[in-house]
Amino acid sequence: MLAIQLAYKNLVNAGLRTWLNVGVLSFVFIVVLFYKGFIEGWNQDAVLQNIDWEYANGQVHHPTYEPADFLSIQDAHGQLVDAKDQGLIPVLVRQASIYPDGRLMNVTVKGIEAHQNVVKIPTPSFTSDNKLQAIIGKRMAKAAQLKIGDDVLMRWRDKNGTFDAGNITIVDIFDTHVPTVDQGQIWMPIDVIWEITGLENEATYYLVGKQNKNPSTGNWKFHSQDDLLEEIRALIAIESFSGSIIYGILLSIALLAIFDTQVLSIFRRQKEIGTCIALGMTRQQVMVLFTVEGAMYSIFAMIMGSIVGIPFLLYVSGIGIHIGGISSEMGFTMGETIYPVFNIYLLFTTAFLIVGSATVVSFLPAQKISKMNPVLAIKGKQQ
Amino acid sequence: MKYLLITILSLSFAFQNYPDADGILKKVDANMSSDTNITESSMVIHGKRNSRTVVSRSYGEGYKKSFSEYLAPAREMGTKMLKLEDRLWIYSPSTDRTIQLSGHMLRQSVMGSDLSYEDMMEDRKLTEMYNSKVIGEEAIDGRKVWVVELISKVEDATYHSRKAWIDQERYVPLKEELFAKSGQLLKRVTLSEVKKVEGRWYPTKMNYKDVLKDGEGTDFIIDKIEFNAEIPEHIFTKASLKK
Repeated sequence: MLAIQLAYKNLVNAGLRTWLNVGVLSFVFIVVLFYKGFIEGWNQDAVLQNIDWEYANGQVHHPTYEPADFLSIQDAHGQLVDAKDQGLIPVLVRQASIYPDGRLMNVTVKGIEAHQNVVKIPTPSFTSDNKLQAIIGKRMAKAAQLKIGDDVLMRWRDKNGTFDAGNITIVDIFDTHVPTVDQGQIWMPIDVIWEITGLENEATYYLVGKQNKNPSTGNWKFHSQDDLLEEIRALIAIESFSGSIIYGILLSIALLAIFDTQVLSIFRRQKEIGTCIALGMTRQQVMVLFTVEGAMYSIFAMIMGSIVGIPFLLYVSGIGIHIGGISSEMGFTMGETIYPVFNIYLLFTTAFLIVGSATVVSFLPAQKISKMNPVLAIKGKQQ
Repeated sequence: MKYLLITILSLSFAFQNYPDADGILKKVDANMSSDTNITESSMVIHGKRNSRTVVSRSYGEGYKKSFSEYLAPAREMGTKMLKLEDRLWIYSPSTDRTIQLSGHMLRQSVMGSDLSYEDMMEDRKLTEMYNSKVIGEEAIDGRKVWVVELISKVEDATYHSRKAWIDQERYVPLKEELFAKSGQLLKRVTLSEVKKVEGRWYPTKMNYKDVLKDGEGTDFIIDKIEFNAEIPEHIFTKASLKK
């Protein structure tokens, strides 16, 4: 308790030097908190969006279907015997080409039931007649320069590989953060896809609804939500790691300032150290005093950072951070506006990281005190 | 009387005695096919801003075996392609690797042209895949041609139907159109500069055009061709790709 009181008085008396250290450390505290909140916000948005738009409650894949390998699409189609009884929603994936304004664009065509409600693709927009119609995402619409009501010529192959072609009408354009259901993709009623390809009642994968968490799949592969989200989580983890390098550098600079201050203090306050020992304090107690002083910088920084940072970060989490068109250029799920997410856990872990590291860098130079000769220290002789 | 004359004339047009389409196609085959051939050709790929020419030498044995080596431009030089039956390998000198193309990869364009690898792989005779019928007579560049309609009789034909315009005198195709199941025209091949080579008529310039796409298509120009030349068997082996 004495160490805390003395440390507090020493720091307050040190004036500007203290507040410079505290200022730098509190800035780092806010930056680290902001970045972690940004990553957490992105993570939560990406997970929710992927579940809502693409993964549903899991997917059951054809044994030869590999989503990342477009060459697997050609042969990956078949029927899962009791899929309908289990409430699984079939999606048939085929490849085709469209020719907007005489330009060739290779596209992935996905057939889906008009009455499904497990993913957010706006399938109710499909009209009931069996005409060639499609729903596309806004990225696809931009790339192909298509709008609702436009007709575009599409060329595809039937199950035997024979070419067929016809005009498809764009009946809706949806806006999503998930590029994997948008870029280079066309969604059509599955009945129409079955008819034009001859692959009646077949699917490349099935979407699992909320009511069925463990579908029986035979030799088809069941991928749970967690399996499907693994990739996006790994990507965010990499981003998080690269971010930690940046704030690690910032933190190091701030800690270096504390370390420097401590070394200087021990050098300049040798008489004080010697006096304390002469008055009955043990070397360890003096070491604790200097370590507490260092750690107290970070406590002050937490208080100052919280006073300035928390209202600012709460404001930012309310309005979000607009990153504009960058997100649509990237191949992964990222909204145009990211809303950072802050919670108590994040606040405490960040505070612990900064207080802990500040305490360690304060302790390191303070170790020198344990080797000091108190008589020479009182005389102010360099040791 | 007038109506009777019109009816008789109409009927006579409807039941015109066109020659047998299979017979025409056989004569075309006699001109266009040979046991073996060695060809030096230029493929002119017309892009939006400029055109580029790819020069190659090819060896063919029937419809089943072929070997091509690209000679120019420098970027493509040394690339080799071997087709044996329904398999296709490509050797790239820059990576020193041979890859086998299969499935959807065969549907990719050959070096950015309007031709796909699959177009090059087609090795069945038209008479095996299509029912043919002469449906009319026309003139192309002043030459009289038979218009032959081909409708697929097998399920796995790439194009459901075709139309070919065959020179009535020289028995070479001057134009061909390839259609989707829906009847949509997909590709047009225009053959010209018909020359007599080793006693047979042969079109030395072919323009392949994907009609759904803007552009001028791809010209395939035969610079030199030898029919029934002797080709060593080792040419049609995978070992020749790396030589």
